[in-house]
Amino acid sequence: MPIRTTETAPAAGVRAVPRGGSPAARARRTERAKNWARRAPLLPALVFLIIVTQLPFVATVVISFTRWNALAPENRGFAALDNYRAVFTDPAMRASVGTTVLLTVTVVLVSLLLGLVLALLLDRGFRGRGIVRTLLITPFLVVPVASALLWKHALYNASYGLLNGSLTWIWRLFGSDDPPQPDWMTDSPLAAVEVSLIWQWTPFMMLILLAGLQSRATDAIEAARMDGASAFDIFRYLTLPHLRRYLELAALLGTVYVVQNFDAVFTITSGGLGTANLPYTIYQTFYQAHDYGRASAQGVVVVLCSLLVATFALRTVSSLLREEVTR
Amino acid sequence: MNRTPPAPRRPGSPAARRRRRTGSLLGLAAWLCGIGFFLPVAWMVLTSFHSETDAATNPPSVGAGLSLHGYREFFGEGSGVSPWPPLINSLTASVVATLLVLLLAVPAAYALAIKPVRKWSDVLFFFLSTKMLPLVAGLLPIYLVAQNTGMLDSIWLLVLLYTSMNLPIAVWMMRSFLAEVPVEMLEAASIDGAGLTTTLTRIVAPVAMPGIAATALISFIFSWNELLFARVLTGIVAGTSPVFLTGLVTSQGLFLAKVCAAATVISLPVIVAGFAAQDKLVQGLSLGAVK
Repeated sequence: MPIRTTETAPAAGVRAVPRGGSPAARARRTERAKNWARRAPLLPALVFLIIVTQLPFVATVVISFTRWNALAPENRGFAALDNYRAVFTDPAMRASVGTTVLLTVTVVLVSLLLGLVLALLLDRGFRGRGIVRTLLITPFLVVPVASALLWKHALYNASYGLLNGSLTWIWRLFGSDDPPQPDWMTDSPLAAVEVSLIWQWTPFMMLILLAGLQSRATDAIEAARMDGASAFDIFRYLTLPHLRRYLELAALLGTVYVVQNFDAVFTITSGGLGTANLPYTIYQTFYQAHDYGRASAQGVVVVLCSLLVATFALRTVSSLLREEVTR
Repeated sequence: MNRTPPAPRRPGSPAARRRRRTGSLLGLAAWLCGIGFFLPVAWMVLTSFHSETDAATNPPSVGAGLSLHGYREFFGEGSGVSPWPPLINSLTASVVATLLVLLLAVPAAYALAIKPVRKWSDVLFFFLSTKMLPLVAGLLPIYLVAQNTGMLDSIWLLVLLYTSMNLPIAVWMMRSFLAEVPVEMLEAASIDGAGLTTTLTRIVAPVAMPGIAATALISFIFSWNELLFARVLTGIVAGTSPVFLTGLVTSQGLFLAKVCAAATVISLPVIVAGFAAQDKLVQGLSLGAVK
């Protein structure tokens, strides 16, 4: 890395020296060219991301201060904080914040735990391990809308879904014609959404943790076993510390995707019965109510909340980066 | 905890037998979990091969005769709505976006991994933080710009958005893959006078190929699966497969076998790609992102 002062101070002097002049000046020029060569490959991605993701947010902030409903275009103007007042006093909006938090925390924690158990099971050698891993990752590969439709119509449906169908079948085995037939989606709508999402995200968590397990140094474990450490001790003192970064990464990536979930909420319950999360609520305000101003204010609030969570999460990520070897 | 030295592991010793027994029990548990997780998918595929009446029965008709009715309906023989345009749209959007992601992410990751720029971790944080902001909050301005520039219902708008959606994760994954490239190889190349392009294509790319494949797969999967943007920003012309899938249910009641056939067909490319590359996926998701 060059030292800053040598770069900035003699800027005027550099120009005075003719091309190919003093060796010092030449060295400075090549140093500067090298710095550019280092940064240049970064720029296309950076510029692209700023234009496509950051500029729209700026526009969202601007629109959030206007009174703008597409259904009443003539009544458009500066709204000051009206939209924000509406957002914070709207019980539906507050409810959807709670729903988002509950949905995300439940899905991420449960699928992380299940994923850990499955990864530990798969880390051991047994007959057909490759087949079992293939079976296990399939839910992650099914298109989310397809899996939402599958859960809603083929599994949860009260009159012909597989869940109630199996209940009927089991009850008949025991000679009863009166099986319980709960209406899963109305009785526990949020749980219905959560179960389908846990099914979808557990394989993702398992994949990350499995690779974590497979990157363990086997000699340490072998040595511990030789010393008579129990399986639990090996897990507690060797495996878990090694897995920490993988667990953090899985939780972080899972959270990023589950917070933004739209497909399952949209398809399974259409946001009804207290399952509307933030992305769905914004979608509704914008796409169905056409209230551009308020949808933008909702968006800004979501961004602010996300930034809070992200700052917290990035600290976790920084523990992922801390042991980084910088070259 | 038992501090006595472990019993010698002869095949017949009680300890070894006990270990073998718990081993096969755990293997059985793994098999049960695998089958349990796969069951809904198996049910989807089985239902897709049933007639509509056999598909919607209680108790389920597992043994009912197989029929291609659902697939024939899906491919438009009954309703006249062809699934090919949405499938082609999905393929175009996912493939082009994935190529763009690689084109942008590989050089950026190279800059961050091999010749760390000053404050490289801040730059990496910035990339990742764009992923933390819910995309839905930028939806409205994007919609308005698209409306005013005539890009509404165009597949190229989705290509741009999917690229930006997957770029942060791709940079993140690629950076750690590229960090595996030995510095000596790069130094040798620079002594031989290789430029950036030559270094990237001749030295970095071959070493990082598994990582590139994993990154491409992840980007393809997330693009192929995306629903919200496709639903809001496309319509009749540029609608993708997930949008088509949601349309199947709302239009004319529910045909379970047809919906399952559609879900199976639309999921198939991702499932096949995922099965084929599952080892790379394991590496890519984790080693790539943690190392």
